[in-house]
Amino acid sequence: MVFEKDLNLDATELRLGLPGSSEESIRISNKRALPDMNDDSGVAAAKKCDQETAPPTKAQVVGWPPIRSYRKNSLQTKKTEAETGGMYVKVSMDGAPYLRKIDLKVYKGYPELFKAMEDMFKFKVGKYSEREGYNGSEFVPTYEDKDGDWMLVGDVPWEMFINGCKRLRIVRGSEARGLGCVV
Amino acid sequence: MNYFPDEVLEHVFDFITSHKDRNSVSLVCKSWYKIERYSRQRVFIGNCYSISPERLIARFPGLKSLTLKGKPHFADFNLVPHDWGGFVYPWIKALAKSRIGLEELRLKRMVVSDESLELLSKSFVNFKSLVLVSCEGFTTDGLAAIAANCRGEVNLGALERLVSRSPNLKSLRLNRAVPLDTLQKLLMRAPQLVDLGIGSYVHDPFSEVYNKLKIAIQRCKSIRSLSGFLEVAPHCMSAIYPICGNLTFLNLSYAPGLHGNKLMKLIQHCRKLQRLWILDCIGDKGLGVVALTCKELQELRVFPSDPFGAGNAAVTEEGLVLVSAGCPKLNSLLYFCQQMTNAALITVAKNCPNFIRFRLCILDPIKPDPVTNQPLDEGFGAIVQSCKGLKRLSLSGLLTDQVFLYIGMYAEQLEMLSIAFAADSDKGMLYVLNGCKKLRKLEIRDCPFGDAALLEDVGKYETMRSLWMSSCEVTLGGCKSVAEKMPSLNVEIIDECEQMEFNLDDKQKVDKMYLYRTLVGHRKDAPEYVSIL
Repeated sequence: MVFEKDLNLDATELRLGLPGSSEESIRISNKRALPDMNDDSGVAAAKKCDQETAPPTKAQVVGWPPIRSYRKNSLQTKKTEAETGGMYVKVSMDGAPYLRKIDLKVYKGYPELFKAMEDMFKFKVGKYSEREGYNGSEFVPTYEDKDGDWMLVGDVPWEMFINGCKRLRIVRGSEARGLGCVV
Repeated sequence: MNYFPDEVLEHVFDFITSHKDRNSVSLVCKSWYKIERYSRQRVFIGNCYSISPERLIARFPGLKSLTLKGKPHFADFNLVPHDWGGFVYPWIKALAKSRIGLEELRLKRMVVSDESLELLSKSFVNFKSLVLVSCEGFTTDGLAAIAANCRGEVNLGALERLVSRSPNLKSLRLNRAVPLDTLQKLLMRAPQLVDLGIGSYVHDPFSEVYNKLKIAIQRCKSIRSLSGFLEVAPHCMSAIYPICGNLTFLNLSYAPGLHGNKLMKLIQHCRKLQRLWILDCIGDKGLGVVALTCKELQELRVFPSDPFGAGNAAVTEEGLVLVSAGCPKLNSLLYFCQQMTNAALITVAKNCPNFIRFRLCILDPIKPDPVTNQPLDEGFGAIVQSCKGLKRLSLSGLLTDQVFLYIGMYAEQLEMLSIAFAADSDKGMLYVLNGCKKLRKLEIRDCPFGDAALLEDVGKYETMRSLWMSSCEVTLGGCKSVAEKMPSLNVEIIDECEQMEFNLDDKQKVDKMYLYRTLVGHRKDAPEYVSIL
């Protein structure tokens, strides 16, 4: 899990300012300002959608951290890929103590998605039919679409679904009966 | 005087393969020098500007394999301008003109133009192997000259045929453009593979292709090294499990899509792993799994998955301590982390006295021990004291002159030291220069070391390959002084902002200085902003 350490956030605040900008200033800061050659290496803005607090602003130091450009670049692509279309969505299940997150982009279709959700939450999705939804299942997958409506997963083509899905919710069968009615 | 004919000595020298040993052999006497130089086939040149191609060719007429390194290490982190130097063309040109039967060329941090590649491909009948590490300057056109079968885009059919015709193919690395069914076909044709890199691994676990892939992978019983997974569907990793038990090298440092339980499950199958390269999204918990599973582990590299982020998906000192406790054979480390404590480093030093390479990078470069708020002097001190064979060390975190006192005192085998944002005064640098007798490469950035430290013992630099200092306190006058006293060194000032042009005051601080020993004087290919004093 992400927040597993209970650290005093102030003491461990990540800062990449030049020496002299922190409380423990131990050297003379008479260095010339370095030209910032890292324009393409990412901006210190809140990137992750699961962050509760905005990260502290940092001065990015040239050549720090010491990783090669091609590594930095390969990570940048990963980030931008994840951001477009809101591919990481929250998944909640009735009765589960905390939510999960999954990346819709790695799945090629509904069967794959359901398998992943089943693994994650240890339940079984029933058989889908257009007429009756997941009638007969104990749990039913639903999602919130762009309009804020709660929809049954599986009705629309996959591409349309991943572009519209904002979050997922696995609902107890008894509550979902209303969604299964068509027309 | 020789008691044996030359041929016998030559035969004996054949068994001596390490560069250091062969260099020593050549210094014994004139006769041995002569025999050694005629029989030498592999030469390693750590700084391409320390010697000229002509002298190399003159001394080693039997040369078959040449390794050349160009730019200083900090070029990897954008601290050296692209056209600073390290051009391979003059070497290839000189070798091509000569009678040298070159078979292998290994280059690191060199600039390799398409022209050089073309010349290379035309000039050596027996040429077998070209290895480029961190090089630049070429395009696919240049590579096409070397590998006649591969042009432009990946031609999948051609790739399949190539693999079919290559029963000795040991290493195959694919990028994202190779689809799954091609991967499956390639693996079916090359079950003898030793090293496999998979670019894209995203698929439907219910598909026919996936089933075929599972079978193909199982046949590859020789695979010892696995890498890639640039795109990955985590729940399909179970197809890989059958070969995990044989892996000695696993490189997942480009696979941010693999983390959490799926990653841990994968690692649990890799009991014979000797080298692991991973992203920090493995977390401390994941490193705990590594510690329990990978008892043969010798090398661990943990890269940051979010170098400029707020540090949620990262590792701390805990992960490192776990690995040190579980993997007693650990001898090489590169570890990017959020924080480190002295206590942890002391524990690691006790658990793993065999470190040869210890490179720690705390993402905030001047961060103290978060528990005690102290500098990390004691922690690193414990490392150098315990690891008597330590050859390479990179420091980070809040550090005073004290840590350098320890390094000078204890790091007797140290050959390469990287320092950033550390120390209080010249004393730090002096401790190192006076103490580390085997030091070859010293690279320093953003430290308060000035002329007094630089000039204390200029003779020392002749015993080293190179010294890099950037954003320190050394002045133009200090650098000139070194150059004057030591004609066997090239002292380069890299001044991209061209401030030196307008202000030739000796008291001016130098932004970037790179000095190295050489037998061939000033190089002629330096760009305008580099002054060689």
